[in-house]
Amino acid sequence: MSARIVHIARNTFREAVRDRVLYNLIAFALLLSGAAIFVSQISIEIERLVVVNLGLTAVSLFGVVIAIFIGIGLVSKEIDKRTLYTVLSRPVRRWEFIIGKFFGLAGTLVVNTFFMAIGVFGALLYVAHKFSKPDALILVALYFIILEFLIICSLALLFSSFSSPLLSAMFAFSLFVIGSFADDLRGFARLTHGFTRWFATGAAYLVPNFSTLNVISPVAHQQPLGAQLILQNSLYALFYTAMALSGAVLIFERRNLK
Amino acid sequence: MSPTLLAYNLLSEALLAGVPFRAMAAIEILGLEKTYMVGFWRKRPKRALEPLHLTVEEGEIFGFLGPNGAGKTTTLKMLMGLVFPTAGTARLLGRAWTDPEVKAQIGFLPEQPYFYDYLTAQELLDYYGQLSGVSGQDRKRRIDEVLAHVGLTDSKDLQLRKFSKGMLQRVGIAQAILHHPRLVFLDEPMSGLDPLGRREVRDLIEQLKQEGTTVFFSTHILSDAEALCDRVAIIHKGQLCGVGEIEQLTSSVQGKVEVIWQGTQVPASMKALGAECHVSGDTVRAVLAANQQDAAIDALRREHIRLVAITPLRTSLEAYFVEKLQYSQTAAGTTVGTSAGAKV
Repeated sequence: MSARIVHIARNTFREAVRDRVLYNLIAFALLLSGAAIFVSQISIEIERLVVVNLGLTAVSLFGVVIAIFIGIGLVSKEIDKRTLYTVLSRPVRRWEFIIGKFFGLAGTLVVNTFFMAIGVFGALLYVAHKFSKPDALILVALYFIILEFLIICSLALLFSSFSSPLLSAMFAFSLFVIGSFADDLRGFARLTHGFTRWFATGAAYLVPNFSTLNVISPVAHQQPLGAQLILQNSLYALFYTAMALSGAVLIFERRNLK
Repeated sequence: MSPTLLAYNLLSEALLAGVPFRAMAAIEILGLEKTYMVGFWRKRPKRALEPLHLTVEEGEIFGFLGPNGAGKTTTLKMLMGLVFPTAGTARLLGRAWTDPEVKAQIGFLPEQPYFYDYLTAQELLDYYGQLSGVSGQDRKRRIDEVLAHVGLTDSKDLQLRKFSKGMLQRVGIAQAILHHPRLVFLDEPMSGLDPLGRREVRDLIEQLKQEGTTVFFSTHILSDAEALCDRVAIIHKGQLCGVGEIEQLTSSVQGKVEVIWQGTQVPASMKALGAECHVSGDTVRAVLAANQQDAAIDALRREHIRLVAITPLRTSLEAYFVEKLQYSQTAAGTTVGTSAGAKV
């Protein structure tokens, strides 16, 4: 990887940390510890189920919000504030800037998820008093959540490369919601005919399939996850991210920075 | 690379590019032009820069002058690869201006710069040094040097969000010269600076020239250009109005001299020489043809009047600038009139 990409990524990470993005961890810790204490007092036998469900859902939602709200400003903010001028007037290629920004945001989310994961396991230990073998599946769910973040980061960057922050946020959030129901959309496409079927199928495969990355419920119920699913989801997320980033680079390479 | 191979590469590059080979210019602008498409549907063309041809030699301080909105910043942005030209090309330090590697030898200060305000001055310079490929040890030394140079050593650990406008301008200059560039572009470098700061920037630009750095700076403050530049170009409404050495541009007056003497008396013999006289306080200032200079001295001697000074009259850069802008406006008016007439 080019050293310049690493420097840009590191600076993006530093920006997120100094802008107090990681403060969300405090809210997360409060939410989870409160929930763990509350659940341990009112529920019988389903404490683990509730804590895993609540914990992983919170990890996912907190991360998605951060990915969208930082991602949409990654390029447009630099153009608006003209900080980009002194970067691109150096031997930095435009694609290096985009990729560096992506890795910086992805790194922020991975660190954030790491601390949240510690919180989830801590809450689990509090309610169950010990770890069991199926708890390892939580790591798979967390891995899928990170894949989800990669896709959202790349989409936010794609929109940020040509659109205003407000529109980018709307596009990215809409795609997240639609993508969360991608399986239902594909099911709906199979029920239709003619042009509608063609259109619905195209749309169903174009939007990111976040439903396949959401394994929170099976993990909470300690259902096994196949190695094939892990491989398939990894390849899918990497492919989708690469496509979205390529789009962002293609647009940004041609953009006049007024 | 051996010198022979380097020379061969330069020569073949010049031949391939179809341009005559000569000593390397720092900047060669070959017909760069820019038209923006404006309006809701982006269908209406708006010309920001007419085809521009300009050459700046290595080691020069070159002033790019023009009123606000003349096209100075657009030109600089095109050279920096921030805006794409509609047509034309340029070469910087003998290489295509789009070559990212040439940028390692270029420094750029944008107009009213804004930097990552969550960083300290030292962190910002460290980041820019990394992006410019300055190695770790050199970077640390250079950061200390440039911060001292722009008078920010005491504020190096302060976040930029706490900096004043003048301090940001100094940081901007520091980042532009951090990596020892051979060519520096400064867009309105004196803007936002107090008189002392402006003086320091002038000194800095002069020092860059002494170190052999080429400086290309845009400004609309003519006194700065007059004090610093070897050559200037004047641009107005996207069109180049004039290029030349300051001496050349300002010595074009008319072969006249200015004679100043003490007193309030204007001898009739001076009037007879065709002098335009103005009394101001206890001195008289007269402007007359240079070939009447000796006769004027004799006339003053005869009257026992004390001569204070005789100087050849030169156009100030300001007068030249205003004249060029007025000419440009008249020409534009004529063109509009002509084309309107042609339509009828």
